[in-house]
Parts: sequence; structure tokens; C-alpha cells
Amino acid sequence: MKPGEIAVVGAAETTKLGLAADQSALYLHADAARNAMNDAGLKASDIDGVACASFSPAELAHYLGLAPRWADGTNVGGCSFMLHVRHAAAAISAGYCTTVLIAHGESGRSRVGAPTVVRPPWSLMGQFEMPYGVMGAPTMLTIPALRYMKTYGVTEEDLATVAVVQREWAMRNPRALKKTPLTVEQVLSSPTVAWPFRRDMCCLVTDGGGALILTTAERARDFPQKAVYILGSGESVETPMISQMEDLTTSRAFRMSGRAAFESSGVSHANVDHLMIYDAFAHLPLYGLEDLGFVGRGEAAAFIRERNTAIGGRLPLNTNGGGLSYMHSGMYGMYALQESVRQMRGIAPAQVPDAKISVCHGIGSMFAAAGTIVFSNARP
Amino acid sequence: MTRILPQPTPETEGFWEGCRRGELRLQRCTACRKSYFPPRPFCPFCLAAEVSTYAASGDAVLWSYVINHRPRPDMGDQPYAIAIVQLAEGPRMMSNIVNCPQTPEALQLDMPLRVVFERQTDAITLPMFEPGKSA
Repeated sequence: MKPGEIAVVGAAETTKLGLAADQSALYLHADAARNAMNDAGLKASDIDGVACASFSPAELAHYLGLAPRWADGTNVGGCSFMLHVRHAAAAISAGYCTTVLIAHGESGRSRVGAPTVVRPPWSLMGQFEMPYGVMGAPTMLTIPALRYMKTYGVTEEDLATVAVVQREWAMRNPRALKKTPLTVEQVLSSPTVAWPFRRDMCCLVTDGGGALILTTAERARDFPQKAVYILGSGESVETPMISQMEDLTTSRAFRMSGRAAFESSGVSHANVDHLMIYDAFAHLPLYGLEDLGFVGRGEAAAFIRERNTAIGGRLPLNTNGGGLSYMHSGMYGMYALQESVRQMRGIAPAQVPDAKISVCHGIGSMFAAAGTIVFSNARP
Repeated sequence: MTRILPQPTPETEGFWEGCRRGELRLQRCTACRKSYFPPRPFCPFCLAAEVSTYAASGDAVLWSYVINHRPRPDMGDQPYAIAIVQLAEGPRMMSNIVNCPQTPEALQLDMPLRVVFERQTDAITLPMFEPGKSA
């Protein structure tokens, strides 16, 4: 795929976001998909490619009455949708299909018709991690943080600052779940979940969904919404076992995905106007800023503390409020992508003035996977 | 409530047998000489099938951890540390730190640790770590 060859022409989140106790996870997929098709002015018969993660693409195609000639069920956790965007762009470019729907829906809070993550006792995680009392992301994805903090002299106040700065963005977003002002002291005195992580350093648990529609840049001109072009992308996987990461202070998957995204897009870091880094927990924006190459190793906490990523800063980050304050249904990558598209369309609640390039980086299944997309509202 | 326990597979049974016998078994590649974990019948660094199994020293240091304040039901009702330990031979593994207060003050990164074997059932003994003397 050449930079700008493929574009996002439809994008929408679910009608209900945050709490949707009367809707199943499958219905939330469909609600997001219908909203995105409406956004793009398309009918089900116009869609010839489909991708989703927590359900089989066959189930979604059936439910929506689609007859796709291309399908992708990649599920590597919360960044699956970045990989779907990348795979769909390649598939459209190769001529396998013309118009791809990527949909997600999740009943993360209400647990209505919600698939469960199973880690069987014979799996590597089941044998060598589960016996020690891990119970999902708050007790696994967080473990590397202390080593990172000791290596670079990062403090608990620094982690809290990540949450505080993102809350400032969320306060500008009417759809954000958490919109009350937050201080470092309040974060540090919120209940401990898995020390050093307090509740307000951990993502929300919500219901919702989102969907994207991709097609060729040539066709994109004929759609009602401003086209958002895909300049480049990257993906990688490392290990499902947090204990077996090559280095606890940096993610190999982040570095490889980020490098591929920058190289394929031809974009330099200095030209990035807007950044999304999947923030299931407060340390992840620190890893992301460093592993994507925006700052040097160990420099991210000071970069955020000095308000470079805050409102008015030179690298606006997680402008929807992020998983910490906007919403997080479990697989947050779709919502990060939605915010990048809104920023490139110029319609975000906390719009970055004149933003032309947005980088959207996701993480999946602890540090197992990563996906990165470079968007622009201008075709190179 | 019974603790969630591993179900060995043919490729890992030797490791769990070692734990029953009080040995922390690692594997080492005959070709590139690197030690690795978790067990598998080939080297993850060079894919060579010629590997040997040996009993590790049991010495480690505390590499990173969290203290889980919302205990899993099978783990009791008190906060407990979930740790990654750095073995002297090179590989890292997840474990619990026992015979030690589960507090940030008592659990200092890089503190020396020593393996202990905690029997769970006839089939399964889990390797855990306790504070050890400085190397």
C-alpha cells in the first residue's frame, strides 16, 4: 500500500457509550456498524469486506446481512483494530475487496452476551503465570512498571500525572465518562488496585463499540464525510506472557510496530500533530512515547510533567481523555482510532487546531501485540 | 478454595517432575549454550533440537512486581505480590515471594531470592521464592 492510497470514509461509535445494560456485545457491534454505514452513506450491500475481533467475522456478517469476499478475524487483544485497518488497507490495495467494515462492540461493564477470555491450565500462561494469582490486565500488564520506574527514576507522582493530564482532555469531551477535575493527590489516594497502581491509574470498565469503513482514496472523494487517509502502518507481536518480555522497560512490539508505521508513511516525528497511545494503565503512554521514538528512553515522564502532551502542548496526546477517563470497554483500540479520525476530520470535541497528521498506537493482550496507524486529512 | 494449578503437557512434564523433586529445571541449548524458560524441546534462540535439562541454582533477584489488593478468591483474602524474578542462569519467571511481608518496604527490587518448593497436590509443586542472602 502506498501512503494515502486507502482512506477512512465512515467512522462512528455506538449510540450508547459507557453504560448499555440493555444491549449485548453482538448488538453493540451491529449498532456501531450501522452508525458507520450511515455516516458513509452506504448500504449493507456496498460492504464487501468485514473484520472484527471478539466475535467471528462470520457471526457479524450473518447478523448484519453482509456477503463479504474478504474477512479478517485477527484477535490479538485491544489493538486488533489497528491490525484490521492495516490488513484491510492491504486487501483493498491488492484488489481483494473495495469497501471494508471494521466493527467492534463490547459489554465490558454490563457483561451482556459478552465473550470471556479463557486461559486454560495447559496453556503457557495457565501453567507458568496463572498459579501465582494473576487475574487479568490490572495484575499483569502492570508488573513491568516498577522495573521501568526504578531504571529511570520515575515516581508514583509521575504515573498519577499521566491520569491528571488526560482528565484535563476528558473535561472537554461531553461523552467522556469521567469529567470532574483530578489532582495528583486524589489519584494517589484512590484505592490501591495492584500497588503501585491506584484506581485512577487504571482504565475505566464500560460498554460501547465503534466501527470504521475503508475504501480507496479515489472513491473517497464521493463520500459525504471528509476523507481520512492512511499514510502508513505497523504491527508486531512478542509474547502473551508478561513474565517473558525481552525487556520490562520497553516493548519490542511497540518499537517494531512504530518503526514500520513511520517508515511506511514517510512521516517524521516532528510533523505529527496529534497522538493516541492506548492507555489501559498510566504507564503505557510513557512506554509509547519512548518506544515510538517521540522522546528518548526514560524521558517520557518529564515530557508529560512539562505539559507537552496537555492542552496547548506541542504533542497533544489522548485528546478524548483516553482509556483512563473517556471509556474503556476492554479492547480500547477502536476508540483510539475513532478519536484520530475525528481529529483528522476536524470535529473532535477537543479539536487540535490545524492538525494534519495523527498517529494512533495500540497495545494488545498485555504487551503481546501492537499496532500503529498514521492518518492524515491530506493525501500526499 | 483450591488454588488454580497448572496442567502439564508432554513438553513441560519434566519441569513439573523436577519441582516435585525439589529441582528448578531449566533447559540449555547445546548449540548456542543459552538457557531458556518456559520448557520446550528446542531452543527458542536458534531452534536447535539438541537441548539439555539441568537443575538451576535456585538463586534469583526480584526483578519487578505488583501487590494485588483485590485477591483472587483462591489466593486468600490478603494482598499478595505477583513477581517476576530474574534467575541467576538468565531466564526470568513469574512467581510469588513467600516468607516475607507483602509490602513495598519489604519487597525491594534486586533483593536476592532463593527458590522454595510449595507442594499443592500429589502432581503439582509450585516453585516460589523467599528472601535469600546477598550474593
